[in-house]
Amino acid sequence: MQPKMITIDGNEATASVAYRLNEVIAIYPITPSSPMGEFADEWAAKKKPNLWGTVPTVVEMQSEGGAAGAVHGALQAGALTTTFTASQGLLLMIPNMYKIAGELTSAVFHVASRSVAAQALSIFGDHSDVMATRQTGFALLSSGSVQEAHDFAAIAQAATLKSRVPFLHFFDGFRTSHEINKIVPLSDDDLRALIDEELIRQHRARALSPDHPFIRGTAQNPDVFFQARETVNPYYAACPGIVQETMDAFAKLTGRSYHLFDYSGHPEAERVLVLMGSGGETAEATVKHLAKAGEKVGAIRVRLYRPFSAEHFVAALPETVRAIAVLDRTKEPGSAGEPLYLDVVNALVENGRTDVTVIGGRYGLSSKEFTPAMVKGVLDELKKAKPKNHFTIGIYDDVTHTSLEYDPSFSIEDPETVRCVFFGLGSDGTVGANKNSIKIIGEETDNYAQGYFVYDSRKAGQMTTSHLRFGPKPIQAPYLIEKGQANFVACHQFSFLERFDMLKYARPGAVFLLNSLYGPDEVWDHLPREVQEDILEKKLKFYVINAYDVAEKTGMGRRINTIMQTCFFAISGILPREQAIAEIKKAIQKTYGKRGEAVVQKNFQAVDMALEHLHEVNVPDKVTSTLHRRPPVPPEAPEFVRNVLGKMIAFNGDSVPVSALPADGTYPSGTTQWEKRNLALEIPVWEPDLCIQCGKCVFVCPHAVIRQKVYDPALLKDAPATFKHTDAKFKEFPGMAYTIQVSPEDCTGCTLCVDACPAKDKSQVGRKALNMAPQPPLRKQEAENWAFFLSLPDVDRTKVKPSTIKNSQLLRPLFEFSGACAGCGETPYLKLISQLFGDRAIIANATGCSSIYGGNLPTTPWAVDSHGRGPAWSNSLFEDNAEFGLGMRLTLDKQNEYARELLQDEAIRRIIGDDLAQALLEADQSDEAGIQAQRERVAQLKEKLAGKDDPRVRELLSVADSLVRKSVWIVGGDGWAYDIGYGGLDHVLASGRNVNVLVMDTQVYSNTGGQSSKATPRAAVAKFSAKGKDLPRKDLGLMAMSYGYVYVAQVALGANDAHTLKAFLEAEAYEGPSLIIAYSHCIAHGFDMARGLQQQKLAVQSGAWPLFRYNPALAAEGKNPLIIDSKAPTIPVSEYAYNETRFKMLVQTDEQRAEQLIKLAQQDAQSRWNLYKQMASIRYNGQGEA
Amino acid sequence: MDLSTTYLGLTLKNPLIASASPLSQKVETVQRLEEAGIAAVVMYSLFEEQIIHESLELDHYLTRGTDSFAEALTYLPDSGVYSLAPDRYLEQVRALKAAVDIPIIGSLNGVSKGGWTRYARLIEEAGADALELNIYYIPTDPDLSGAELEEAYVELVAEVKAAIGIPLAVKLSPFVTALPHLARRLVEAGADALVLFNRFYQPDFDLDELEIVPHLELSTSAEMLLPLRWIAILHGQIQADLAITGGVHSGKDVLKAMMAGARVAMMASELLQNGIQRVPAILAEIQKWMQEHEYESIRQMQGSMSRQAVAEPAAFERANYMKVLNSWRELP
Repeated sequence: MQPKMITIDGNEATASVAYRLNEVIAIYPITPSSPMGEFADEWAAKKKPNLWGTVPTVVEMQSEGGAAGAVHGALQAGALTTTFTASQGLLLMIPNMYKIAGELTSAVFHVASRSVAAQALSIFGDHSDVMATRQTGFALLSSGSVQEAHDFAAIAQAATLKSRVPFLHFFDGFRTSHEINKIVPLSDDDLRALIDEELIRQHRARALSPDHPFIRGTAQNPDVFFQARETVNPYYAACPGIVQETMDAFAKLTGRSYHLFDYSGHPEAERVLVLMGSGGETAEATVKHLAKAGEKVGAIRVRLYRPFSAEHFVAALPETVRAIAVLDRTKEPGSAGEPLYLDVVNALVENGRTDVTVIGGRYGLSSKEFTPAMVKGVLDELKKAKPKNHFTIGIYDDVTHTSLEYDPSFSIEDPETVRCVFFGLGSDGTVGANKNSIKIIGEETDNYAQGYFVYDSRKAGQMTTSHLRFGPKPIQAPYLIEKGQANFVACHQFSFLERFDMLKYARPGAVFLLNSLYGPDEVWDHLPREVQEDILEKKLKFYVINAYDVAEKTGMGRRINTIMQTCFFAISGILPREQAIAEIKKAIQKTYGKRGEAVVQKNFQAVDMALEHLHEVNVPDKVTSTLHRRPPVPPEAPEFVRNVLGKMIAFNGDSVPVSALPADGTYPSGTTQWEKRNLALEIPVWEPDLCIQCGKCVFVCPHAVIRQKVYDPALLKDAPATFKHTDAKFKEFPGMAYTIQVSPEDCTGCTLCVDACPAKDKSQVGRKALNMAPQPPLRKQEAENWAFFLSLPDVDRTKVKPSTIKNSQLLRPLFEFSGACAGCGETPYLKLISQLFGDRAIIANATGCSSIYGGNLPTTPWAVDSHGRGPAWSNSLFEDNAEFGLGMRLTLDKQNEYARELLQDEAIRRIIGDDLAQALLEADQSDEAGIQAQRERVAQLKEKLAGKDDPRVRELLSVADSLVRKSVWIVGGDGWAYDIGYGGLDHVLASGRNVNVLVMDTQVYSNTGGQSSKATPRAAVAKFSAKGKDLPRKDLGLMAMSYGYVYVAQVALGANDAHTLKAFLEAEAYEGPSLIIAYSHCIAHGFDMARGLQQQKLAVQSGAWPLFRYNPALAAEGKNPLIIDSKAPTIPVSEYAYNETRFKMLVQTDEQRAEQLIKLAQQDAQSRWNLYKQMASIRYNGQGEA
Repeated sequence: MDLSTTYLGLTLKNPLIASASPLSQKVETVQRLEEAGIAAVVMYSLFEEQIIHESLELDHYLTRGTDSFAEALTYLPDSGVYSLAPDRYLEQVRALKAAVDIPIIGSLNGVSKGGWTRYARLIEEAGADALELNIYYIPTDPDLSGAELEEAYVELVAEVKAAIGIPLAVKLSPFVTALPHLARRLVEAGADALVLFNRFYQPDFDLDELEIVPHLELSTSAEMLLPLRWIAILHGQIQADLAITGGVHSGKDVLKAMMAGARVAMMASELLQNGIQRVPAILAEIQKWMQEHEYESIRQMQGSMSRQAVAEPAAFERANYMKVLNSWRELP
């Protein structure tokens, strides 16, 4: 009997097999493979056994390099061991992969393949990571769909045990790892039948054991290394045969038949594509479609890429083939061709098939769409007498003209398949509801079903797009629903209509469902003209529902997921209405039931009420609207922003040609200012009469949308009528005017500024100097005020002593409007760096949240000041950021040294004069005035050197800027600093060089979804610590202090802003390495982000986060360098912790363990406090008490 | 000497009950209370808000930010199975019942009718010997009349009573216009006992921050005079057991409560402050007093100083107020 089909994604499909077939699993988070590790950790936490009845040991390592090492060790000791990874993570495993393969060790690595960072990082899918391992000796097995990922996970395990060649099983990141599809699951019995247990015993018998000792991992000399390297040849020769045998056995067991090279298409094909991964699904479906129409075309899907069996490959080709196009989902610049292409050419040559024309090309890099139209485009190219070799497909390359033309309107979509596209707001639950819908359709009807979801790269206020297909036939379409193909288009957010062209997806006669504040009789006139035109032209059936109203009435807040889902089922008719509602409710019960009855009831009510509010619109027969879709960026934006970034903002980046993009990954700064996202429902409104001008609101704002300025009151003559101002209360600026201004269209409405505001109305304490008010009525007026505010001159930096919050916040932020979460706990620290040192800062940013909201296209928050200066920012990798930043320091120091040497040169001195040379050499740049004076000297220097034809002059001109003091900041999160980058960080701190390290400590890997790091506190639940972390967080500060010459500070701006400011100023001033560990509240903590500052206070008061500064400069003065800046704990840790779901959920899942762990966490806080206290009271240099 | 009493149909070895407080959060503490001689334990309260809000809160934080950003489709591991406050409460009822022989009285705290009241039955099913319903409501709406509010109380009591088979006690606030009338209506609606009174934790002001701060102060003996009066007034007028709570600190306090007409005296502050060892001390004090004053049983004294039993009922009424005012003289 066929087992009941299940609807899951590729990661779960893979992990479910890998988990059952292994004993030790070493994991580390990296997109898009992280969910595999998360599943393994969660299943282990729930004590789910593997195939042999024991719960696998799941261990998180400090990096993928560490995971590979642990895997190697575990294998050597005889365990069945696996790991999951992708991209850079896989690259970090390569050294061990050579070892594991060299020792003929049975193991499987499961890889959700992803681009390797080059000109930019990309989290999306291609084969560049896997291709970088093809020389390691691992077998590479490629699956192309969710079902195959499930099946090949098992086939790989069976084949590795038999062949002794380790396997890397890979599938396309996101496209397969995150696609939900209906598959036939492998039962435990299937797996048992497939895995030969005798081979497992042999695997164990080969392991290291003191009971029968030997050594492995020797060093060999020229005499035998070569011969020893050749010993493995028979194993590799046998491997393809073993894989095929395993596939045959699998086919007998399941009926699903695979081959090393699977051919499909016309039996007498003349033109054939060769490729692997999910693109093979598209190619297969397309050639079948074309062959049916008589075209002699075919496709070969490569399953076992290494060892590459030329013999099997040639055998799989039809005799009739005349031309082959090999498609590689990777790029090897400078090569003779991409790897699969070269292998195919070689296979044909070695087997005498030189009669076949072979071309190679690239497709699908970084999850670029690969569609039937592109498949046809390539096949059409093969018809030509001289087809283009080394081509690209899917882009427009107007530089080296590699791209092939194709007809994008070609489609092979089955008319029986229903296609639906949904546009939602990240926070409204659209994707979650669609995942539920596709499971309902997949598991409660006979239909096949597929779901794929596209996200924005911002963390707040982003659009999600859901692509759902279902129908009576299996769905072999790993590409997005194409233009003009959707039967159903839903827009869950009315404002999207004026920003994006959604109806381009709709086919004629399709259904359009809109979440609208306007009812069926009034909505028409509120639609942009372009939308009206599409509705009429395509004769769409148009429905509206006021889902926000229903959500409000049923306590759903802004989550309209179940409401829109109900409407979808009601309109689509996929199930009878009553049954659909019953199934939705069943899904609600399943999803939310364990979270308590109240949640279930709330959702039930939403379902029940939804249909009453769903209305079909009687569409008028003509276009009436005067509204137009608005451009993604304003017309005054620079050309590059308009023509390139603007297209990306409008989700039209696919149309950007190669020539429009920089060749080296360099992009302009300060571009978030052009992208007005209007996220806030409410914005702060300033009351000048209550304001005490303390600057705290400006300090805490994560998005740099609230700012203060002092300026000449005479400038107010041009102010808009509603522009607010008052007299400045700054002793440095007598007689000046003062304004606090909010950027209404950039504000996220996080309310941290209001929370930080200490000024309360004496007659009405609920009214502060800042109060939230609805944004829409204020938007236009405040946007004008903001523009005027920006036109006011920035404060003269030389006149501001930034040692107080008030003064420091007059400095212009050069980090603004990032795509971080609303109320982010990290960004205020980066903004502070940008204010204090931004015009001379160079920033090395570890990969993580900060590199994404800092540098993910289309725009960047790193900005420039009115002089054109600002932070210079770059991201290298996750693991090397400290070293990367040190390199920057080394260059700056070297160039400074060289410039100083050149200033000693007599010829140069003759040109510039001794006075200027000496002044440049002896400049005191310890404050802004000193830096400004040096900048002026450098300007003079350049002026004097200009036009002089002397090589030494040209040299000095090119390094002259290094004479102005620069500030190097190495920034990143705790995943980097505590774990993957710790070795490098330690070395850089030890180097003694003048670098400043900022660790924005969220106590988890935030960017990849909250996995545990060594900064995660005891008693907190995190992914990879699903049972609650049972050990205390690492004391990074203490470790750094042990050097004695590293400035170390632990800060929490919500607890003590002045302390934070002081630490940043001291760290930067210290002529050596500095480390600031900054408490950064985070969405992953599961608490109200509007209470972020209060929560930081509680963290400090409880002793969970003591504030301190360790300043080696004090030791030089004979004083104790450690100053504890917070008081002894005054509240229990639990009072802080249990405001957060990460701690509280342990009480809800394992109360006894929670109780034990929180008690230990309390002891951690107390003992750390005691230790610091004692350290701070040690006498230094016999100079008495510190 | 017979210290036994009956309350809510339960025969108790003495009138000392641990009132709803953190004392019942640990099985071990309740075992110690039993060993110390306490006659029954009212468990800490399960709040209506907990039943609803903890569920909503957990869902909110497990859902917030999910399925929005490709790298972080969730932020917390969803274990799938949660034991929320109500589940843990029911578990605690079961654990206490298994651990001790003294009666365990569950406690529900809420005001509105609705789905949450089904927990009354679940508490019964978990093994509670009786249920105390704590009606705690702060009326802030000028449009809400006392009559409407009382009607809502009565309906709530009826709803809960209908759901359970075990006896029901209702814990009241003293801020009622006509307490005896409300008391009678609640009894008619199904209350088997009335517990007087609920202590409201009054918020305080923080003058530095200009903020409202929660404030918790343990009770003192002086507070007992309020419920003492009302028990004395209600005794004999309504067909339900009476319990005193709030300000019971000593054996003498217990004796007074019994004489006013209470079947039991509940205490928490004294035990929280001075330890469980106060239970035997208070029981000894009661016994000693009874011995000295030649009382044979607690039952003998119950209601002996109620309004109906005293020679001068007016002492509980307005006349007493006049007398007290007049007794006050400014010090020279």
